[in-house]
Amino acid sequence: MSTDELETDLTRQTENSPRELLTRTFFFLCAALSIVTTISIVVLLVTEAAKFFTITAPLMGVTGETASLVDFLTGTTWQINSGEFGVLALVSATLMITIGSAVIAIPLGVATAIYLSEYASQRARSVLKPALEILAGVPTVVYGFFALIYITPALATVIPQIGTFNMLSASIVVGIMIIPMVASISEDAMSAVPDDLRQAGYGMGATKFDVATGIVVPAALSGIFSSFILALSRAIGETMAVTIAAGSRAQFLNPVNPASFLEGSLPMTAAMVQLLLGDITGGGLAYRSLFAIGLVLFVITLVMNVISDFVAQRYREEY
Amino acid sequence: MSQQNTNESNARADSSPDPTDDEMLIQTDVSGSVSSSGGPSRRETVVSAENINVWYGDDQALQDITMDIPEKSVTAMVGPSGCGKSTFLRCINRMNDLIDSARVEGDLYLRGKNVYDDDVDPVALRRRVGMVFQKPNPFPKSIYENVTYGLKIQDKGGDYDEIVEESLKRAALWDEVKDQLDESGLDLSGGQQQRLCIARAIAPDPEVLLMDEPASALDPVATSQIEDLIEELAQDYTVVIVTHNMQQAARISDQTAVFLTGGELVEFDDTQKIFENPESQRVEDYITGKFG
Repeated sequence: MSTDELETDLTRQTENSPRELLTRTFFFLCAALSIVTTISIVVLLVTEAAKFFTITAPLMGVTGETASLVDFLTGTTWQINSGEFGVLALVSATLMITIGSAVIAIPLGVATAIYLSEYASQRARSVLKPALEILAGVPTVVYGFFALIYITPALATVIPQIGTFNMLSASIVVGIMIIPMVASISEDAMSAVPDDLRQAGYGMGATKFDVATGIVVPAALSGIFSSFILALSRAIGETMAVTIAAGSRAQFLNPVNPASFLEGSLPMTAAMVQLLLGDITGGGLAYRSLFAIGLVLFVITLVMNVISDFVAQRYREEY
Repeated sequence: MSQQNTNESNARADSSPDPTDDEMLIQTDVSGSVSSSGGPSRRETVVSAENINVWYGDDQALQDITMDIPEKSVTAMVGPSGCGKSTFLRCINRMNDLIDSARVEGDLYLRGKNVYDDDVDPVALRRRVGMVFQKPNPFPKSIYENVTYGLKIQDKGGDYDEIVEESLKRAALWDEVKDQLDESGLDLSGGQQQRLCIARAIAPDPEVLLMDEPASALDPVATSQIEDLIEELAQDYTVVIVTHNMQQAARISDQTAVFLTGGELVEFDDTQKIFENPESQRVEDYITGKFG
């Protein structure tokens, strides 16, 4: 090879060839799309919500009806017709759905994950995993009808004073809905625990139960907690099932009082659906309250995600 | 013992079969052929394997292993990769039960009780036979909790603080970790982790301690610490160690079993004899590095 040929060969600039540049740009644009979408949504939520509050509306150049930020955040009555926008009524309903579904989904989901990861035979797993995936794939509107038509009447035979629309049946159905999420993420975390640790346990004379609960679950704790938080974020954001099963009358309920669960209320997501289905006019106060609720919902799920990341970092074990 | 003495005791054994004498005969018969039918030591037998065969699916991993492992000594198992030495180790505490495809045939006695009898609970067996693995595998818990783990699952009482101190001292780790017992076992160095695993294994006071290449993942300094430790532990425990390191077997063991490819126990005798004057040409070739 002559020096000239070598010179040409070594200075081809493969890295900056048009093809490389083109593909790099294409992949960048794909990645950028999701970021741009997220930013757009946040900007839209914040600017529209800002038009709703008395304190920020002038900044947006909005004149006309506005609502007090303090009343919105601390009020417990949600009555659009009478101009009462107390978001706590809706937050309390969402909180109840979250607590109720957690009570159902966390124990059942973790138990399922332990079974799948530690006990199930190859055959049992091949049946159970697809079944869970089907559970996760059922349309949420079907869950809503299931709650209204089966769960509520079944509950009524035990608790006669229960309302047609009630938080209990909505919580149960949302709980069932998020079991697959808790189970599959927890199972992933448990399967990631190195087999060395199980061997060490068995070598010490541990039973299967000792190994599952004393070694695998603690070692997978960060993943298990993450599954709770992700599943609860899903419960908070769940819309269709609660819209159908929880009712349409907003009222402030004490989330830690079990009797509250017998009554119906209006979670944030269901309230937004109701607003959209009603004959609200664009630009009106009710229309803007939609964005205010959306922003609260967004902040809650964002905080949950941040907590999830923090927990995963804090409790992650390096094996 | 001379050949003549052996013949005499042989004759005696014939006329009045005395099991102790008979055992003595086999164990001291250094001039005989492969002494795999009996242990080479005069100590009491703790683990006794009779015709152990192991299959993984259709592949036979061990063929007719018969050997007696004497108490309070170090028995090394050496051989090339895939010769079944680890498999045999895992037969002793029935860890092979955890592998679905593994099938064990034959008898293995722990102080006279066949551990493969139907009424034997492998969990109870493993509480008497401790194990240390190739890769240090402390639990992601504190050093203290690692050492007390065995006591807790066995509901053993006693002064845990004292047992932790005692076990860590025996594992030659106490001085390095006594001020950080609440810290995670995973924060220790590899050699320290392995000594923690040894402390964890001896804390519930097992009869037999199985070690599966315990130093192969460690640096030379940590390896030498572990080797010293093993020799010391053999004063109180029956130690069975698998190693691929011939020098290590020569340094620390009292008896050596040589497994060769195909899962065959070729020779089992006093370590000195195996390394200086083995019966089998194959063993000699392996030890001198001609193959394997």
